[in-house]
Amino acid sequence: MLRNIRMIFRREMGGYFATPIAYVFLVIFLFLSGIFTFYVGNFFEREQADLYAFFSHHPWLYLFLIPALTMRLWAEERKTGSIELLFTLPLRPVEAVLGKFLAAWCFTALALALTFPLWLMVASLGQPDHGVILASYIGSLFLAGGFLAIGSCLSALTRNQVIAFVLAATVGLGFILSGHAMVLDFFSGWAPTLVVDTIASFSFLTHFEAITKGVIDLADVIYFGSLMAFWLFANVVVLDSRGGD
Amino acid sequence: MIEIRHLTKRFRWIKAVDDISFEVNRGEVLGFLGPNGAGKSTTMKMITGFLSPTAGFITIAGRPLRQDPLAAKRRIGYLPEGAPAWPDMTPESFLGFIAGIRGFSGAERRRRIEATIERVHLGPVRHQPIETLSKGFKRRVGLAQAILHDPEILIMDEPTDGLDPNQKQEVRALIRDMAADKAIILSTHILEEVRPVCTRVAVIARGRLLADESPAAFEARSRLHNAVTLTLARPDPGPVRQALGLLGGVAGVDTLAEDASGCTLRILPQPGQVIAAAVGRLAQEQGWPVAGLFVDRGHLEEAFRVLTTRSDTRGEA
Repeated sequence: MLRNIRMIFRREMGGYFATPIAYVFLVIFLFLSGIFTFYVGNFFEREQADLYAFFSHHPWLYLFLIPALTMRLWAEERKTGSIELLFTLPLRPVEAVLGKFLAAWCFTALALALTFPLWLMVASLGQPDHGVILASYIGSLFLAGGFLAIGSCLSALTRNQVIAFVLAATVGLGFILSGHAMVLDFFSGWAPTLVVDTIASFSFLTHFEAITKGVIDLADVIYFGSLMAFWLFANVVVLDSRGGD
Repeated sequence: MIEIRHLTKRFRWIKAVDDISFEVNRGEVLGFLGPNGAGKSTTMKMITGFLSPTAGFITIAGRPLRQDPLAAKRRIGYLPEGAPAWPDMTPESFLGFIAGIRGFSGAERRRRIEATIERVHLGPVRHQPIETLSKGFKRRVGLAQAILHDPEILIMDEPTDGLDPNQKQEVRALIRDMAADKAIILSTHILEEVRPVCTRVAVIARGRLLADESPAAFEARSRLHNAVTLTLARPDPGPVRQALGLLGGVAGVDTLAEDASGCTLRILPQPGQVIAAAVGRLAQEQGWPVAGLFVDRGHLEEAFRVLTTRSDTRGEA
């Protein structure tokens, strides 16, 4: 089990760096992080020694960058036929799903880690609360994991990467906005309060912002953990039921 | 080793595979023949556990495939149609991955990879990304991953497709080498491949199994089986044709070629008749100037055509 996950993980990781994907993604990620922090987030105008301007835009950054990363995960295997090779090897779908997911997650963690100069900068400019920043990084990683699990599952539905991208971005948007009036107003008129509250509790923003305040609440960890587990499980189910067609 | 009973696969509207049964034992090489879209690949995908059958069952080495697909997959080496691989990997890293998933590690893993690269002659390209390789090398990479673990069961979907004649010859030799202790199924649309490689032939058309027999028996289905081709060093085949037509067991005589210096006739036997000796005797008695006499074993293409077109007229849409 672990051995096979490790094999898939290594293959995937190698795949990122054997192609321009890794370099393009890392550069764009860092570039956009900078734009969001300094121009959109008004880092200097805030005159605060924190990275709020940086982290607060992560949901939006991930909204289109993570689907770009996940759209190929399974759609490409279907397109090239290598899925047939993969699933005629002595390998369980769950192992392949976890291996691919973990590779993508580690890769995102690498991109995130490469933003460390921001941390150094804010530390040199003032006295930031390092606990809050560390918690924010962890929260951001969970957020990325959620987006990745969604994207991986939806990529398994199609052999077309564009469709995979659009589906993942749309579902991701739904999860970002589900705490927002835009979505809740749609339900609040007719649905019972319980349903509206449940939908609101699915929001990425609520849980992510809670963590970026510096408090890693068990509830938020469970939220992201179960979200990832659910979508990865769905991913396995999709692969099991659809096979190669 | 492989046992298939009443295997059926239905995709939305089409029955791709329709109630097929056969078995393949150790030492056998079963050649899967059939027109494009006949159900060859679908059958192979079911045997290798990639697609699940709509009905029927598959037994691999005495155990139902559905019961323990992983155990079956460990015993099987499979070359899928088109020999897919991950284009960004090199043959060496690709085989390393396959060897890892197949459970080899350390020195054994390295030994397997080296031996396989050697066996299918991938040495010169071992460090090149697979996407940059020629079709022939890509096919060999696919073949390499299928045989790396020395499987008891080898299933190959068009193993020689896209190879040049020398490479085809190499692959056939490779398959013959491995045949003794394995159960092998290969599909091909090159009928000439059947005689040197296969011990049995299975013909599929429209998802149905039309024949499962030895290559010799398959050849015998040809109208040309045991036909005699007679070349005479004289023009005017008329009287000869007449005399031959009266011979017992002869179904007909065709004139294949005719010019001022000679003529070539093909004498077709009635089904099951051997007429070569009689034709020879007659030629001697009549004093015909025989320049050549040749007995046809039958043409695979022709046998194939006879078999598959017959089903076209009989079979329902």
